[in-house]
Amino acid sequence: MLQPYTDVENKKQEHAKPLLQVRNLKKYFPITSSLGRHVGDVKSVDGVDFDLYEQQTVGLVGESGCGKSTTGRAILRLTDPTEGEAIYNGRDIFKLKEKEFHKIRKDFQMVFQDPHSSLNPKKRIGEAIIEPMKIHQIGTKRDQMDRAMELLLKVGIRKDQFYRYPHEFSGGQRQRIGLARALAVNPKIVVCDEPVSALDVSIQSQVINLLKEIQENFQLTYLFISHDLSVVRHMADQICVMYLGKIVERAPTDELFGHPNHPYTRALLSAIPLPNPKIKNERIVIKGDVPSPIHPPSGCVFHTRCPFVMERCKQQVPSMKELTAGHYAACHLND
Amino acid sequence: MQESLLEVKNLKTSFSTESGVVTAVDGVTFTVHAGETLGVVGESGCGKSVTAESILQLLNERTTKYEGEINYKGKNILTLNKKQMQQIRGNEIAMIFQDAMTSLNPVFTIGDQITEAITAHMKMGRKEANKKAIDMLSLTGISSPEMRFHEYPYEISGGMRQRAMIAMALVCRPNLLIADEPTTALDVTIQAQILEVINNIKNELNMGIVMITHDLGVIAEVCTHVVVMYLGQVIEDADVESLFSNPAHPYTKGLLQCIPQIDGDRSRQLYTIEGIVPSLDNVPKGCRFSQRCPHSDAKCLNEPPLLEEINDKHKVRCWHYDKI
Amino acid sequence: MGVNVPIENRDILQTKTQLKKERFRLFVRRFLNNRLALIGSSIMIFLLLFVSFSLLFMNSSPLEIDPANRLHAPSSEHWFGTDTFGRDLFSRVVHGGFVSLAVGFSATIITAIIGMIIGLYASYYKFLDHILMRICDGLLAFPDVLLAIAITAVLGPRPINVVIAITVVKIPTMARIVRSSALVIKEQTYIEALKAQGASSWRTLWMHIAPNTLSPYIVQITNVFASAIILEAGLSFLGAGVPAPEPSWGNILYDGKVVIFNAWWMTFFPGVFIVLSVLGLNLFGDGLRDLLDPHTNKANK
Repeated sequence: MLQPYTDVENKKQEHAKPLLQVRNLKKYFPITSSLGRHVGDVKSVDGVDFDLYEQQTVGLVGESGCGKSTTGRAILRLTDPTEGEAIYNGRDIFKLKEKEFHKIRKDFQMVFQDPHSSLNPKKRIGEAIIEPMKIHQIGTKRDQMDRAMELLLKVGIRKDQFYRYPHEFSGGQRQRIGLARALAVNPKIVVCDEPVSALDVSIQSQVINLLKEIQENFQLTYLFISHDLSVVRHMADQICVMYLGKIVERAPTDELFGHPNHPYTRALLSAIPLPNPKIKNERIVIKGDVPSPIHPPSGCVFHTRCPFVMERCKQQVPSMKELTAGHYAACHLND
Repeated sequence: MQESLLEVKNLKTSFSTESGVVTAVDGVTFTVHAGETLGVVGESGCGKSVTAESILQLLNERTTKYEGEINYKGKNILTLNKKQMQQIRGNEIAMIFQDAMTSLNPVFTIGDQITEAITAHMKMGRKEANKKAIDMLSLTGISSPEMRFHEYPYEISGGMRQRAMIAMALVCRPNLLIADEPTTALDVTIQAQILEVINNIKNELNMGIVMITHDLGVIAEVCTHVVVMYLGQVIEDADVESLFSNPAHPYTKGLLQCIPQIDGDRSRQLYTIEGIVPSLDNVPKGCRFSQRCPHSDAKCLNEPPLLEEINDKHKVRCWHYDKI
Repeated sequence: MGVNVPIENRDILQTKTQLKKERFRLFVRRFLNNRLALIGSSIMIFLLLFVSFSLLFMNSSPLEIDPANRLHAPSSEHWFGTDTFGRDLFSRVVHGGFVSLAVGFSATIITAIIGMIIGLYASYYKFLDHILMRICDGLLAFPDVLLAIAITAVLGPRPINVVIAITVVKIPTMARIVRSSALVIKEQTYIEALKAQGASSWRTLWMHIAPNTLSPYIVQITNVFASAIILEAGLSFLGAGVPAPEPSWGNILYDGKVVIFNAWWMTFFPGVFIVLSVLGLNLFGDGLRDLLDPHTNKANK
């Protein structure tokens, strides 16, 4: 059913034309004192670049507070970016007027993390799926209902559940319903914000498979946000590793797992507990906690925890360097 | 053979609710020895947390009923009265929780909360208690413990809070630690740090640990023995090597297969266990896993299997473990 | 999930009506199991029936003065006795009850509507929030009765003005209840999901946030109703409410105050009715709170 990844990848890279280009995206949340004076910024996202290619998946990985969710929300304009641009169909969507953006809004949809709060408890699940079609005035009432039922079937929910309320479903089922809702308006790009991290492992694998199947059937482009590298590995064609608002490494999935370059990526990989007691992997334990994004460290943002820190790292911001085709990393060790 | 520290025998915990009696834990049996880490693994709703709370009898007294035996150092602690139980909690058996933010009182400093745990169980002067608390904090690897001692829970990061909670639980040098999903809310790099801390302290204090988690990776990392739970029952009980190399129950096999791996072929579809966990007020008649099991037959659907011994280190609750 | 038989072939709409029926039955069952709601609503129904039937079938007028029969104790002729002017107390209490309940009810409805609008918009727009909530704070700074007296003093003691006074006094609490629960709902992921779909603020507010504030809102409505009755009685008692000779529970109590040691029935009967109605409403409200609480709403069959 699913084609092997390598084939798909090769084919796509031949005529690679990005669907969405995000450049220098920044989002600062201002901190004001109790008197309303501006005293600083939380630099949640601090200059992020990446491209989304048609029908491919880009994974954004990082620990909590690294700005991966804010990046996803900025692309949907759920939060206004401080700086940067996102080119879609030749236009910068951050510069569009609210009315103009509304016309293309249906191309961008989102699947949320928390299955318990992402559906309105007072709305039947059918209505929840019809809602986006109503908002964008697609089809007649009859069409909307037919489509909603078809979508329910596609995500593996029985048709006769149409009139049931969210609390009658389990977490995994709700996540399926959330996906059906995102699909209702035929989006091009779906931002998946930790869609499986609240689920049990046996349910998690069901949803991952479903997401991949749906991507194939609906020709979707995913931005897949997760803290779990092993999940991202199964979903993504390309992975961006984020740390403290910056992308520190970007590479095709197999390349990243085969030859991780940045010390942070390596530490992340080695920290994953493997479900095999016989393998005790050489762990790079990084000390301490993520610094506050209000005062990010000077130079390389990772230098406070990096096991290979040099004097230079504390002063100079490393730039992204291409190591092999498509594999970029920002680390002074590569010079 | 080593004497057991904790022996749970046929524990049954049931709640009376609006819609009748729900048995969340149904005949759980396991043993923990000193210096050993027992992993209890299962998905949400399998009763692993209720098992932990039953050991310390932390559940609502009015609506909860415990049956069976929980022998701590040979004494059944289910028969103890409130006061005797209080002596055991914190002092002999300690517990750490998943959510360190809500488990610490926000209006007291870290130091206050740790010294309170000390003075509750030991006769000790203020100064001595403070010193002990700071020692414990540094044992958990907190940087500059003297400073953290005077800080409030909201002032420190999640990983620090978890460390502070571990310090609080261990300050009275308990013999048994129950860790209920201690790293679930943490990032992987912090999780690795915390697991290391727990392991080091275990060796130092020669404690027994009951590690409750849904993450088989964590189990493989720190445990010596594992029980797998499903819908209130132990379905497999084995030492960690045999469980991972030779899982006998189809549920355990399924769980191991459906975890996304960081190596191997990633183009294949992930293995899935069909369906969802049934609800506790609607438990299947035969084997509890029969409805989702790819190997189930008429016998599985109608007769509940018993926990059978495969060898002296491995038990399983399945009719067909030898065939599949 | 109640019925899990495969119903693929049946008409989907039939499932809908079936589910609706099932839910309704469940609700009735839970209502009947909820003692507070049951007692509260029976008291209210009893009061309403009592007042309306008595109004329909009564032949004595509440205003007819009969000086010969002043201050008669309850008897078969005058069930509740007579007052200082010889007027039939039963008919006065019943008429007064109608006035009190009608004033309370209309004040409650208006309060509920305006409170919902203010609360919702205040929760959604930060700018409006500052203005509206400061006005509410100002109104809340005055004691209820004092503010109500001031308003009726300016407008004049008439039932319609009593309604206005009660409404003004009660709107701030109503708006605050709606606002606080709307603020919580606003942060839920499904509201963000709506935004991501491009929903208008009107749709978000009225179709999604408002329905989710209903349970605390409905409970608050019963509370406002109860305190509106007390407030009306208080105003009328103090002479700032429904003017004599028109009866209301409050001013009957006032008339009875002077003769409390000679004619107990003049304070007893209106008092009992006030207590009954307030008690009934409060019990009903408490019962509703349990009934509407989403935590107990999980399908218990």
